[in-house]
Amino acid sequence: MALTPERVEQRLRERFPDVPFERQEGAAVRDHTLYVPAERIVDVCTFLRDDPELAFAMLAWVGGVDLLPRQPRFEVVYHLLSIEHNRRAVLKVRLSDEAPRVATVTGVWPTANWHERETWDFYGIVFEGHPDLTRILLPDDWQGWPLRKDSPLGYQEVSFTHNTPGRMKPAPDLTKLAPKKVKIRAH
Amino acid sequence: MTLNMGPQHPSTHGVLRVVLELDGETVVKAKPIIGYLHTGMEKQAEYKTYTQSIPQTDRMDYLSPMSNNLALCLAAEKLVGIEAPARAQAIRVLLTELTRISAHCVWLGTHALDIGAMTVFFYCFREREKVLSIYDQVCGARMTASYFRVGGLSSDIPAGLLDRCQKFVDEMPGHTDEYETLLSKNPIWLARTKEVAPLSAKDAVALGATGPVLRGSGISWDLRKAQPYCHYDRYDFDVPVGAAGDAFDRYMVRVQEIRQSTRIAGQAIQKIREMGERGEYRLRDFKYVVPPKEDVKTSMEALIHHFKIVAHGFFPPVGEAYHAVEAPKGELGFYFVSDGTPRPWRMKVRAPSFVNLQTLPTLIEGRLVADVITAIGSLDIVLGEIDR
Repeated sequence: MALTPERVEQRLRERFPDVPFERQEGAAVRDHTLYVPAERIVDVCTFLRDDPELAFAMLAWVGGVDLLPRQPRFEVVYHLLSIEHNRRAVLKVRLSDEAPRVATVTGVWPTANWHERETWDFYGIVFEGHPDLTRILLPDDWQGWPLRKDSPLGYQEVSFTHNTPGRMKPAPDLTKLAPKKVKIRAH
Repeated sequence: MTLNMGPQHPSTHGVLRVVLELDGETVVKAKPIIGYLHTGMEKQAEYKTYTQSIPQTDRMDYLSPMSNNLALCLAAEKLVGIEAPARAQAIRVLLTELTRISAHCVWLGTHALDIGAMTVFFYCFREREKVLSIYDQVCGARMTASYFRVGGLSSDIPAGLLDRCQKFVDEMPGHTDEYETLLSKNPIWLARTKEVAPLSAKDAVALGATGPVLRGSGISWDLRKAQPYCHYDRYDFDVPVGAAGDAFDRYMVRVQEIRQSTRIAGQAIQKIREMGERGEYRLRDFKYVVPPKEDVKTSMEALIHHFKIVAHGFFPPVGEAYHAVEAPKGELGFYFVSDGTPRPWRMKVRAPSFVNLQTLPTLIEGRLVADVITAIGSLDIVLGEIDR
């Protein structure tokens, strides 16, 4: 019998009767998505990986979503893949604006390492216990979290040797649009 | 000793930097550092309509633009809940398989060049050039195709294209034999790739590797077979699998994939011919898809639809969708969160090279510096996709 998303949810509810799983509602939510409380994510993931009926041996990716102005503001999405049963599963964790922290799943799937670093890099979501939570795609001295919705697009000085701070000033109307203080580095 | 390799190093295939800690000639620890090509595509996509993001995807894995276009279009189609007509799907299959052939040709040429076999490079780029001219004829661009649209294609294929593709498909098996003659039994090639940079099946899965890297380690997992899209279930092809998971197996898997892609492309040409050299290439659902240009010139209603979709974009339902395709490098997926406006609230790209590169330390730690080049080459990474 093929593993269905409903069966995955049922297995999880059987194994974790105390965890309030919640299915994401919506006609256009195309994948069966379950909300998991942040503090239980590692337990749930370990079970999903190790249970022979589920065998989600691979983590396809992890990513963040900023739902500003909705509260709780952040969501971390986990896309799991079971090669054995040819099935995908989606887990989500809700995180508040004040303390966007969730335990890392690098212990369950080592591949989560870079995905979580990327999510931290873009959203400032802290993955507790992560072995190397540093900037991955952005420069090490970058300030701010670019994919947050309150971080505007563009109007960033590109740092080249010919536009060191003393030599070039952005137009005044552009500085107004860019509230972020950005350190310009001369190479 | 700590050795810095890259970001400007010819064998890192772009701007990859690897910090190597060495003990004599042995690599003790390796740390890949990426981000030099980061252009914030995911952020930019939030300010563009779905269709406007298609040209961005060409610049991710710039060796396989059609696969990237396809992944975005399929994800948007899944979100909206539409499907392109069968003829458009067959054309998509034909072009993405040609893309796979050309991407693998580039990989093979440059990988062999890294290891020291220079001749292969010229042979491979000869065939790649043919695919690029086919792109040129299809959409006017050699590398940045932007040919697929949500719901179909941007235009119908030009007359004579199928004959040209057929000629290419007929010639390609012979060319693949040429590559194999140069490498598969070449003692230097075998010495440089056999038992070099091995990746066990267990590690490959744990590290999330997909595509030829996963299949080279002996796991038969191909999204075209496992979770078919674009009617791939109606095509007859095999999934080549390696055994040892070393650089040679990854080479063999990719060379066999060129052969399989040639087979699929031949079948796709057949299917397109059966459905007509000219015909339906876009879904006729004008809420989401631009009407054909011919209609726009004659019908008032089509003109209004055209204007609405071009000026505002289409309005997908509130929701989210993830769709992955088997790109030449592995599982390439797009995840869209829609708030009901024509611009995605969030676009996330699951880039295969990004994940496959994570296996690099496992491949090279405890091995020789000279094998680092082979390992990077055998992973087939494109930094445009890693950094996005």
